[in-house]
Amino acid sequence: MSNSAASRFSWGKLALHAFFVLLSLCFILPFVLVLSISFTSEEALSLHGYQFFPREFSLYAYEILFKVPETILRSYGITILVTIVGTFLGLLLTALTAYAISRRDYMFRGVTTLYIFFTMLFSGGLVPFYILVSNYLNLKDTIWAMILPALLSPFYIMIMKGFLEQLPTEINESAKIDGAGEWRTFLTIVMPLSLPALTTIGLFISFGYWNDWWLPLLFIDNPNLFSLQQLLYKIMNTITFLSNNPQMLQAGINLQQFPSLSVRMAMVVISAGPMLLVFPFFQRYFVSGITVGSLKG
Amino acid sequence: MASTQTQSFAKRFKKNRTLFFMSLPGIVYKLIFAYLPMLGLVIAFKNYRYDLGIFGSEWVGLKNFRFFFESDKAWLITRNTVLYNVGFFVATTVVSVLLAILLNELSRKLIKAYQTVMFLPHFLSWVVVSYIVFAFLDHDNGFVNQALTSLGFDPVSWYQEASRWPWILNLTNLWKTIGMQTLIYYAGVIAIDTGYYEAAKIDGASKWRMMTRITVPLLVPLVVIFFIMAMGGVFRADFGLFYMVPNDSAFVYSTTDVIDTYIYRVLRTINDLGMSTAVGFYQSLVGFVLVLASNAVVKKINSDNAMW
Repeated sequence: MSNSAASRFSWGKLALHAFFVLLSLCFILPFVLVLSISFTSEEALSLHGYQFFPREFSLYAYEILFKVPETILRSYGITILVTIVGTFLGLLLTALTAYAISRRDYMFRGVTTLYIFFTMLFSGGLVPFYILVSNYLNLKDTIWAMILPALLSPFYIMIMKGFLEQLPTEINESAKIDGAGEWRTFLTIVMPLSLPALTTIGLFISFGYWNDWWLPLLFIDNPNLFSLQQLLYKIMNTITFLSNNPQMLQAGINLQQFPSLSVRMAMVVISAGPMLLVFPFFQRYFVSGITVGSLKG
Repeated sequence: MASTQTQSFAKRFKKNRTLFFMSLPGIVYKLIFAYLPMLGLVIAFKNYRYDLGIFGSEWVGLKNFRFFFESDKAWLITRNTVLYNVGFFVATTVVSVLLAILLNELSRKLIKAYQTVMFLPHFLSWVVVSYIVFAFLDHDNGFVNQALTSLGFDPVSWYQEASRWPWILNLTNLWKTIGMQTLIYYAGVIAIDTGYYEAAKIDGASKWRMMTRITVPLLVPLVVIFFIMAMGGVFRADFGLFYMVPNDSAFVYSTTDVIDTYIYRVLRTINDLGMSTAVGFYQSLVGFVLVLASNAVVKKINSDNAMW
């Protein structure tokens, strides 16, 4: 309806653009603030506070971080490892489970679907889960504690199932006539055809692992296993603790040893920045995942 | 009779065997990570001790529940959880419907740019968001206090004043989720048959009239679905928002503590596993009933949108 109007100039349209430009600023300026702090010298920060433009440009924070890059590099390594292993295993499990229950001729289709679906509706809650992982599976302070508990989401199984059900059933029948076994049909025919769904769900899973701080928060205390998100959380947490308990400072803890303001924000830039440049390219997958997610059981 | 039945079952199973083995890893996984914890709910009725384990610990009946519901915490965290969810829903819906309608007035190319920008916060974790909020609200150096003092106002101790947090959390949540929600409603807006607008134009209807009489009414079904889904989740809070963004500051618990953060704190700092499980049970149970109820309502309105 606005095609003819779009090409014409009007004050209303100009106001609309002004509005959206202002709105966009609300989304961009917070990022600018963090960037600006990380590039400002310490003196300027304590003198003028946080500003949207560095009063005194300085690379000090980044120099500090790259002088001893081990911590950040190790955390990057942990996050990448967890994301890759988790996404691979998670996608495999999701595809296998979804494939079985997407087959209309499978005898346990109904039971298995209900079995999976029920876990979306009801859960044992945090404490039994926590005791299971730490006391019975003994995963505390292992890399598996950050991978296994998030491996298989019933939501993704349902999305995958919905996709697989749209594939023509003739595929299975003709494969069977050709003498292909279930595994061969699955691996050489069904999986290649499911590439769009696998990409979307794989992206969801990897995004979840990359940004996860919840499992580390629960199960990881060993600093050698800190992921990027946990490293960020720990730094913020320590500083909050000290500012809430000033007596700790007098007890001999030197605040100078903790990362200064600009260094903290530089850490955010280094750890969240690269992904913030990458993820938007996959934006359409994130959207399609949501709209496809009409989760029919 | 019985033997032929088992035989045919065995025969059928043989045919379905491969599919069963394909789903087995997933089934075993859910057994361990979803169904075993459900059994663990018995902890809610026990005085749990690590050395005695789940089954060795002493039964205490409903003591854990009584202890929780008799404390003033039960009301506080339930109220906070429900009110925030309602607030989030109203704010997100009003703003994203409005933005979706306004976006539709622009040309395609620019829509994409605006949408991408609004989508950016979606890719951040709550930990990163907590740093961004901190850059604004830090008492000594934060941007907001700098601005306040330069305008002649007194600085505010944001992380110590509980009354500020309903606004801060609503705004933060809006900032992070609005991009996605606007996209969903925008898809709803462009799906509307253009014939309606053409007919309205012939009748000489103004833009405002078309918006209030055509666009908004046709978006209502979508809003209703989201409303009912939100009601199903009204007992669940986004832990990261409520734990990370206020930096777990004890001064502001009265307005930031929700069921999920309370369960976590009782588990990790107070270490009362029995009561923590009981609160989790309460949340799961009410949540379960609400999801069933909301799905039943959706089904009544429009069965295509029901979850099952």
